[in-house]
Amino acid sequence: MTWTWFHRLGSPPYVYALAARLTPWFAWPAALLIIGGLWGGLVLAPPDYQQGDGFRIIYVHAPSAWMSLMVYTTMAIAAAVGLIWRIKVAHAVAASCAPIGASFTFAALVTGALWGQPMWGTYWEWDPRLTSELILLFLYLGYMGLRAGLEDTQRADRASAVLAVVGVVNVPIIHYSVTWWNSLHQAPSVMRLAKPTMAASMLVPLLMMLLGFTLFFAAVLLVRLRGEVLSRERSASWIREIVNA
Amino acid sequence: MSGYGSPVAGVVVPAAPTPAQATVWAGSHQAPILDAARLALARDLQLAFRKRGQLVQPLAFFAMVTMLFPLAISPELARLREIAPGVLWAGALLASLLALEFLFRDDAYDGTLEQYALSGQSLTWLIFAKTAAHWLLTGLPLALMAPLAGLSLGVSVAAVPGIVASVAVGSVALSLIGSIGAALTLGIKRSGALLSLLTLPLSLPVLIFGARATQLAITGGPLLAPLELLAALAVLGVTLAPLAAAAAVRISLE
Amino acid sequence: MSQFFEMGGYAAFVWPAYAVTLAAIVLNIVWARRALARSREEARRRLSLRGEGP
Repeated sequence: MTWTWFHRLGSPPYVYALAARLTPWFAWPAALLIIGGLWGGLVLAPPDYQQGDGFRIIYVHAPSAWMSLMVYTTMAIAAAVGLIWRIKVAHAVAASCAPIGASFTFAALVTGALWGQPMWGTYWEWDPRLTSELILLFLYLGYMGLRAGLEDTQRADRASAVLAVVGVVNVPIIHYSVTWWNSLHQAPSVMRLAKPTMAASMLVPLLMMLLGFTLFFAAVLLVRLRGEVLSRERSASWIREIVNA
Repeated sequence: MSGYGSPVAGVVVPAAPTPAQATVWAGSHQAPILDAARLALARDLQLAFRKRGQLVQPLAFFAMVTMLFPLAISPELARLREIAPGVLWAGALLASLLALEFLFRDDAYDGTLEQYALSGQSLTWLIFAKTAAHWLLTGLPLALMAPLAGLSLGVSVAAVPGIVASVAVGSVALSLIGSIGAALTLGIKRSGALLSLLTLPLSLPVLIFGARATQLAITGGPLLAPLELLAALAVLGVTLAPLAAAAAVRISLE
Repeated sequence: MSQFFEMGGYAAFVWPAYAVTLAAIVLNIVWARRALARSREEARRRLSLRGEGP
């Protein structure tokens, strides 16, 4: 029974229709969570005793950084699936992830710089986490550049898949860099499985933003996926119905 | 191997191993992969020495780049010594990127790469052999040239062994990482910028540790730690990069 | 209220950070929808070229 579900996910018309149906189910909860998280983070949460109101940047910085890693991992897994089992839809998923991940990596770097200046006195520091996050941005851009430079869609899919898989080593480096090396960046305070060291009034909006951004990614991915699936399909029958709708 | 006469003084020039020889079909039984790899390496080396002008290009580029900095920044030796690690590594990285375009280009053009892929021998090993030849032709000469550039930047003679070691080990990793990007961009016209964009992110750790090792060599500090990290990166590259490059070559040739 | 806008003196850092992130969110929505529209248009054109379109 699970196999029919899996096989159906490989069928482009099924995926197209499913993506269209699912998008609102991710988009609206995402909007609610993000708005709620913004309210909780900007208004309700008390100022930090050390950083004052400046700490509120965490409510956009941490979700952006989380997105940059999570989206790349998704992209790499989809790319691997596409490479190993030669499933076009998987390649379409990977292609859809890249622009989303790149934009949030950029946001993470910029918001991090804006947070760093008042807190550490510098916009930038070549410490392991910041440097590897910058590497991640270049990996995204390289992925998109490679796709753009190859005209044949199949070669573009497979070549960029190799790149995505090779670059995935960067993700654990970014995440664990703060524990492996003494660095400017603070140690993880949320991702520890033991009790997080943040107060609840500060933590809850952050969790709402993290979840909201994740659902937002799913919604945007589904929209882009439909376009990617369409552009990989040559057969006329099911496309004719879509286009005439 | 057969030779042929050169127009000059009747000297017999041995032919480079042909691709068929390099992939060593012996009837229906294939020779051991190490023999095939060795022949592929010898072939690349011999072919490269035929075009000596092309060999010198990355080195000349490296020399020019390292010359730019004293002219552009300051001829003061004390200041140059401070920036020497960065200058040496920036130059080495750029020269490597320049040379990487030649790694697969000629073989892809004349069909040798396809023969390697179809031969039934392990493409991973053959690509490893090609990358090793590439390092012997570019990375190693760069490592030997680097101390000269360093001396011109005010570095003391005592730093020379450290500089050679760090650039030699680091350039191994650079060649291996670069082979992946070169394989992915096979056949793309004017792929230089894209190749750099793909190779630079993955080679930044090499740059960081390499520059640190060179810095310690210049100031006389303990460079064993970053050197060991560089060696670890090189070993990681040796085990993983040829696999990825082989997969990429197959995809590019499809 | 002014405390909110001043962000305890950190306004010059907090608000641009939120603006950049909001821009990322909005741009993603806009780009995704535009990409989908472009794909549909391309599919329509491909079909009409083959004489199977509307």
